Amino acid sequence: MKRISLEDAVALIPNGASLVIGGFMGVGTPERICDELVRQGKRDLTVIANDTALPGVGIGKLITAGLVRKAIVSHIGLNPETQQQKIAGTLEVELVPQGTLIERIRCGGYGLGGVLTPTGVGTLAEEGKRKIEVEGSEYLLETPIKADFALVHAMFADYTGNLRYVLTARNFNPMAAMAGATVIATADHIVPVGVIPPDDVMTPAVIVDHLVANL
Amino acid sequence: MNAQTIIAKRIALELRSGMLVNLGIGIPTLVANYVPDGIQVYFQSENGLIGTGPVPEEGFAHPKLTDAGGKAVSALPGACTFDSAVSFGLIRGGHVDMTVLGGLQVDAAGLLANWMIPGKMVPGMGGAMDLVTGAKRVVVAMQHTAKGKPKIVPKCNLPLTSARPVDLIVTEMAVLALSDGRLKLMEIAPGVSVEQVLAATEAELEVPADVPVMPIR
Repeated sequence: MKRISLEDAVALIPNGASLVIGGFMGVGTPERICDELVRQGKRDLTVIANDTALPGVGIGKLITAGLVRKAIVSHIGLNPETQQQKIAGTLEVELVPQGTLIERIRCGGYGLGGVLTPTGVGTLAEEGKRKIEVEGSEYLLETPIKADFALVHAMFADYTGNLRYVLTARNFNPMAAMAGATVIATADHIVPVGVIPPDDVMTPAVIVDHLVANL
Repeated sequence: MNAQTIIAKRIALELRSGMLVNLGIGIPTLVANYVPDGIQVYFQSENGLIGTGPVPEEGFAHPKLTDAGGKAVSALPGACTFDSAVSFGLIRGGHVDMTVLGGLQVDAAGLLANWMIPGKMVPGMGGAMDLVTGAKRVVVAMQHTAKGKPKIVPKCNLPLTSARPVDLIVTEMAVLALSDGRLKLMEIAPGVSVEQVLAATEAELEVPADVPVMPIR
């Protein structure tokens, strides 16, 4: 049985945990889990996600509440609080090119030892990385990212935990779900098995550990 | 016509039917407002959409149909959505015909810096490094100077976005193209002289005998 209450789901997450979180500027982020992380006052979290959204939105709430010690993200330009905490030194921010970040998360979940990308060659993004030449072109070896927990949000989940995302709310969610040791999902609609046609399932139920009950 | 409008209108003339085009935030976004009549392009939003349409009519916005800034958009007939791995596969894999990005500096070798000012502003590179590295054609949309200081310089002193040079730079004063590894003055804006462009540019430019005026209205 995967059904879990919101409170119990978030209680599974210890202080200091690493979280890979779906969403892009808050769209497709499990908003209720963010709210509950704040309510339970978790600390020293590492967040791996595309961005830190805006103050008051999704991951932005975790930043504002000071729950995050390290963020591995591609962009923080739209959240001035993230920038302030970075400059103040209370938040460590590792900036990763967006296409590299999603591939590193994919590698983490897909059992790969890394990926070779031309992105970042000749820039600050290559610092500390191995450069590998393949057929005359230079690539950076980018290493996998895994997390203790994946927090994802779908439009539809069926009772077994199959997930279907919609429109631009898919973004990082399918790869994030694969890269978490424990996967917690929320959904706008929890529907009977069969309502999501097999071909439309984007994250298979077998990798979802906990499906948060709706109110 | 203000600077942003000149830039956006001129870049829109680079669009060809059938292109897959990615527009960055800021001035580049405005290019979508000036697509010439009869030209149909596909705009990509890197958060996972091809076929990005205009801001929807009031009451028609969907909270899960957004652009890369998180703002509500519409989707045009033939639109499709996908995850971020596909989105950046399109970008890095050379499937994007043209990208338009903002710039902090471009240098004489056509190299772009547009993602951080050390110690001041660090928004992050987002998708910019992937776009400049992977798109077939890279167009920079930026003002010619910042607070009177030239942004087109001999060598960038801000961190680079990619080791791959850009193809075209459009400012409110001029159009510059990279030709044989050098910047060449291609067009001047209406009412601007070649001398004014040269005075506002630190990088050395190749200047043909005859420089046409941007064909914008």
